[in-house]
Amino acid sequence: MSNRLEVHNLSLSYSGHRVLNDLSFDVRANEILAIIGPAQSGKSSLLRCLNRTIDFIPQASMSGRVLLDGTVVSGKTDLDVLRRRIGMVSPLPVGLPLSIFENVAFAPRCAGVSSRTEIAETVERCLRRAVLWDEVKDRLSLPGTQLSGGQQQRLTLARALSHNPEILCLDEFSIAIDPVTTMRIEEVLRELRPELSIILVTNLTQQARRLGDRTMFLLNGEIVELGPTDKIFSGVVQDPRTADYINGNFG
Amino acid sequence: MSRFLVTPQVAAKIRQERIAHSVLALILVSILIPLLAIVAYLFWRAAPALSLDFLLSSPTLGMREGGVWPAFVGTLYLVTISLAVAAPLGILAAVYLTEYARENWFNKAINLAVLNLAGVPSIVHALFGLGAFVYGARIGFSVLSASLTLAIMTMPVIIASTRQALLSVPHSYREASWNLGASRWQTIRRIVLPNSISGILTGIILQVSRAAGETAPIMFTGAVFYKAIKPGTLFPYALDEQCMALSMHLYTLSTQTPGVDESIPNATAVLLLLLVFSVNSVAIAIRMLLRSRVR
Repeated sequence: MSNRLEVHNLSLSYSGHRVLNDLSFDVRANEILAIIGPAQSGKSSLLRCLNRTIDFIPQASMSGRVLLDGTVVSGKTDLDVLRRRIGMVSPLPVGLPLSIFENVAFAPRCAGVSSRTEIAETVERCLRRAVLWDEVKDRLSLPGTQLSGGQQQRLTLARALSHNPEILCLDEFSIAIDPVTTMRIEEVLRELRPELSIILVTNLTQQARRLGDRTMFLLNGEIVELGPTDKIFSGVVQDPRTADYINGNFG
Repeated sequence: MSRFLVTPQVAAKIRQERIAHSVLALILVSILIPLLAIVAYLFWRAAPALSLDFLLSSPTLGMREGGVWPAFVGTLYLVTISLAVAAPLGILAAVYLTEYARENWFNKAINLAVLNLAGVPSIVHALFGLGAFVYGARIGFSVLSASLTLAIMTMPVIIASTRQALLSVPHSYREASWNLGASRWQTIRRIVLPNSISGILTGIILQVSRAAGETAPIMFTGAVFYKAIKPGTLFPYALDEQCMALSMHLYTLSTQTPGVDESIPNATAVLLLLLVFSVNSVAIAIRMLLRSRVR
């Protein structure tokens, strides 16, 4: 299996305070990489480094190399193009103040797609993928913010898929939604796996266990353990801290 | 069901609620009464002179007869030109300061300067306009000098109010937009501006009233006591000519001209009010139109 994303010696600090310490790992094609770890361990910051939204935080300074398909993206690069290759779903659904249709059409429009039929096709395909189409197909012109929390999260998933990302990052997507919707989105992620790579940051160790091909345990900005999920959860773990976290002894 | 009984504490709470309600209503009324009183008084005093003819004719007999058309058109000129300069520049400056500029001492100093400029008295802007435009740039006493002076006066306030409107758009919208591969400018144009446009327009509307009402900045730079124009012409002034203005006219009528019937200055004030009201109504209509398009 080839590596889609390679991270070498990635470090990050906010005004001198270290958040990520010398991380090196890779994300393979068509795998779900689950990242678990307690709050403040740097999970969200790591995702921000990958799609470089970290650049918008003035006090952050990042070092190390990130390669997407063998191309370095950590230096000066066309960031808008990079962000189109990486999809991002945030913990709390942020419906843009636009209609349901325009929420999903936003990325294609920004990328310069002007054909109406092409945009309409993209919107329908992405909403179907995110199992939201049947619920909203009759009211696509309503504001996206009028949907329920679970629907909005599926809307942001559809939106993240609308620019055909090669890597999909989800940052604790289930934190604000109901268990049924969570299960449906997990199902969608399994279906998406043959097409792209998924990085799933989660607070729920069971979710990592259900979905992850590999699991990374991040603690205080360092990788404690990274390996096949069944090995991490098998109980014969190498690092006692991982066992403690998984068994709920801390975190 | 005892928890739903009106205990003394609950009764006290209801009483306090009622007192607060009446106090607030009283404050509202006390704000409205002076406004209505001023408008009613003006109309009552102006009634003998008010007519369409008063609006459309020039003053005659040393301001003691005739109408205010040259001043009315002059004010329209000044407000339009000054806003055409100040609004785009002010909005762009605010967008730069809010969306692009990094937080460093230089930009903090600029912000502070803008806020301070917004509080500078208009007579100071007048002197600056006199020095910079009339003499410095050699534009002379003219419509253009006066308009530019008004623009300098209104721009800092437009920048400050536009900044507030831009900052009221949640940061999470910008992040979501960036995550979708939108550039900074696409994010501003598609997300930030449409969601702050009503706040931006509100700030500009307030400056329309200010530009129309100020006397000092135009008195030094381009407005005159009397200027003859052809009656009924729509564009009577050239940019390098001096002009009359309603605020200036009102000032000269009430302080510099003896023997004027008091209905004439009052009618002039009424027209100034109506002009500001109608410009504001247009802006409010535009705002509502834009808002319905965003939805």
